[in-house]
Amino acid sequence: MNVQQEEYKVKLEVFEGPLDLLLYLIKKEEVDVYNIPIERITNQYMEYLNLLKMLDLNIAGEFLVMAATLMMIKSRMLLPPEERGEGEEEEEEDPRWDLVRQLVEYKKFKDAALHLQHLEIDRENVFWRSGEGVHIEPDPDIALQDVSIFDLITAFNDALSNVKEEELKEIFTERFTVGEKIDAILGLLKTHDTVSINQLFKEMESRQEIICTFLGVLELIRLKQIEVCQDAAFSEIVIMKNDKPGSVS
Amino acid sequence: MIHGQHMDKIEVMPELQQIIGALLFASKEPLMISQIRKALTGVAETGKEIEKQFGNATPKDIEKAIESLQKLLKENRCGFQIAEVAKEYRLENDTSCGPWLKELLNPTKPQRLSRPALETLAIIAYRQPCTRSEIEAVRGVAVDQMVRNLLDMQLIKIAGRSELPGRPWLFGTTQKFLEHFGLKNVDDLPGTAELKRLEEETLKSPSSQTEMDMGDEDDEEDNS
Repeated sequence: MNVQQEEYKVKLEVFEGPLDLLLYLIKKEEVDVYNIPIERITNQYMEYLNLLKMLDLNIAGEFLVMAATLMMIKSRMLLPPEERGEGEEEEEEDPRWDLVRQLVEYKKFKDAALHLQHLEIDRENVFWRSGEGVHIEPDPDIALQDVSIFDLITAFNDALSNVKEEELKEIFTERFTVGEKIDAILGLLKTHDTVSINQLFKEMESRQEIICTFLGVLELIRLKQIEVCQDAAFSEIVIMKNDKPGSVS
Repeated sequence: MIHGQHMDKIEVMPELQQIIGALLFASKEPLMISQIRKALTGVAETGKEIEKQFGNATPKDIEKAIESLQKLLKENRCGFQIAEVAKEYRLENDTSCGPWLKELLNPTKPQRLSRPALETLAIIAYRQPCTRSEIEAVRGVAVDQMVRNLLDMQLIKIAGRSELPGRPWLFGTTQKFLEHFGLKNVDDLPGTAELKRLEEETLKSPSSQTEMDMGDEDDEEDNS
């Protein structure tokens, strides 16, 4: 099901790539990067890819290339080593190995990035003689902070899977719009300091409503009207009002 | 270093570090050693006999005086210290005193970088100078928009052109990058050698761990 959001196109840039998604799934499934259960991970990968497509987010072509790579690895894994062909020169290596190498290398930079983040947060405590601190100009495109797009998609997917199949008569009625849902979320945050994502989706009965709400959340993040955070990896995502947005100077 | 004789003299004189402390105190902008030296020689040209001796202070003498002042401030828990970023010095408060300063100054909420932005920065920082396609090889996704954003934020700069076909731009980090993360220079990044150029063989053995040592940077947990 693909809901066309003609009335409101969410322009959130997705800066995460297929490797991010794979590492996310590997962490989520708690599997060993050196021994990836390729079938399981491929299925999950396709599922997330479909969700990204359903939301009509601006996803990179690399996601599709990776899907093809995973499929190829999967099919090669099914063959006994002597029938895999191609790499006849040397002894056959594990078809997953190139991917593993790439993931491991990327993981190191992700860890380095995490360290930079610690330094950055530390620096918020530092001021100079002028009373000023370290600051960079806010950048509207770099919106998502501690919560990755895949965390959000997971919450979205959970909500979707809780919904019963829609009744036929609802298909033709445009009952919800992203604009409305944005107002509803902001209204909710007037009375509540924080709202968990699951709470937001609770009691929603149609997929369209969930999709509109989710796109509304993404748009509000992009506009820096709300912030999303998560206490620990894979824990519940909480949204709150961004009451002190960085000055746009 | 040429003035070895004077150096000995100056080293026992506490005044040099006093002068430097005063300069750092009064200056809103970070100071380079050459600026400090210029002030010292300037006074020596016109000043009294007693002030002339500092005109002979070498950059090394000044650096030493800064170091001893740094030590002094740290030991006496004065609440501020001399920070060095890319060979420039300035006074800044102790990180641990941040909460009270925030209360007093009520600064606007600082902008933080997103994970993808930090990752792109990390790749550039460790591999610089590097091309866009090198970054993309690691991240597995197009980074042109991200690179443009980081250029706009002046955290990276164009550092030349590669000799590769098409002569692509090379990117490197800026002084603002060092300032933003409180680093003296890029070698101050933890695990630099390992991440700089990963040789094929370091990745050949599947037993090597993905966790990396984050170095001995004061790695206080984020407090916000």
